Amino acid sequence: MRHLMNPLDFTTTELEQLFDLAADIERNPAKYAHACAGKILATCFYEPSTRTRLSFESAMTRLGGSVIGFSDAASSSASKGESVSDTIRVISCYADICAMRHPKEGAPMVASEKSTIPVINAGDGGHQHPTQTLTDLLTIRSLKGEIKNFTIGLCGDLKFGRTVHSLINALVRYEGIRFIFISPEELRIPDYITDMLKEMDIPYEEVMNLENVMPNLDFLYMTRVQKERFFNEEDYIRLKDFYILDKAKMALAKDNMLVLHPLPRVNEISVEVDEDPRAAYFKQAQYGVYVRMALILTLLNINI
Amino acid sequence: MLNVGKIEEGFVLDHIKAGKSLSLYEHLQLDKLDCTVAIIKNAKSNKLGKKDILKVECDIDKLDLDILAFLDHSITVNVIKNGEIVEKKDLELPKMIKNVIKCHNPRCITSIEQELPHIFYLADPVKEVYRCKYCEEKYSERRKQS
Repeated sequence: MRHLMNPLDFTTTELEQLFDLAADIERNPAKYAHACAGKILATCFYEPSTRTRLSFESAMTRLGGSVIGFSDAASSSASKGESVSDTIRVISCYADICAMRHPKEGAPMVASEKSTIPVINAGDGGHQHPTQTLTDLLTIRSLKGEIKNFTIGLCGDLKFGRTVHSLINALVRYEGIRFIFISPEELRIPDYITDMLKEMDIPYEEVMNLENVMPNLDFLYMTRVQKERFFNEEDYIRLKDFYILDKAKMALAKDNMLVLHPLPRVNEISVEVDEDPRAAYFKQAQYGVYVRMALILTLLNINI
Repeated sequence: MLNVGKIEEGFVLDHIKAGKSLSLYEHLQLDKLDCTVAIIKNAKSNKLGKKDILKVECDIDKLDLDILAFLDHSITVNVIKNGEIVEKKDLELPKMIKNVIKCHNPRCITSIEQELPHIFYLADPVKEVYRCKYCEEKYSERRKQS
């Protein structure tokens, strides 16, 4: 039985198979409409995350399966002091697959060790969020045709943003990827990532100015500065609007450059950019459903 | 000069940093073994100036070499049979250690989940970096433990 804890749990070959399946689902949704009939997905969300939970629920529903679950710890038995190990043992009796989000890092891994059904890590604290990374990779592959030979700019909170760290770790396994890290000094990419890139001889640069690098980018991955990561309100207020992508900046970019964002966005992408054909962040949310559908089928060993 | 007699069968842990033998005694759980143990503190050493030595009269299999290697892999392990050194064991950093150190990350599931073992994996043998199995937080106080 297989689980998904970390985006690197799958080899690049396995990811290709997963993305091929997601592409087939996109082309032929009707073919998969009953693929999970009689199967139940449990969404165990110990902290609120409407977007990810609904994406999982949409994925299972589109596969013809059913969904049970809870959407915050207060409405689960965790509020009575039940351990994750005990909860998953019980959930294993109720469902065929489980997507778990938990504020404590490693909680889904604990669940996977005790579970008799596949467990998907749907986000564990600031640690991993593998289905977001799979979504990002599928979006890149679907819109560019392949995952290789491009320059990606990652902009905003590169210090605390787990989606950024996870995406970099996943992208370094592909050929010809160049990174440009765009952030204020306080939110620079951690050293362990730049050390890894140096060791692997992967080109990267760190800059503060977004305008200057816009013409060089094939992808721009914008991130939100998250209030909950700051101890100091003043720092948050000073940094939250450091980068705002608008029409003027988009005018500097290549015609085929694509803008990605894990969403939700706040101010970092002006709504005027939404109509630009290069704005791919809402398509990204659609790919999030396809990749979760493909993942559920893969982990349940269902072949159509 | 204090003299401690030879042991017939067992092992001698030599070149322990001065003052650290009691900590090793605890980590190796030697208190649970029903055998003779000599703890020698602050012995003269050409290599270290001062050193500690542990002499334990029991079968070598009863010693957890992984924990010892994690705590300090520069310690010399002499295996004694019939009163003579028959082998010097090289210590290698263990790939995994369980319940020797604790994860200090307050966001880690080990901080709330009862009876969950604290497991660390060797993530970088060159830099001697261990990471928590669950949250991947780096454990950077290895040397302070020994």
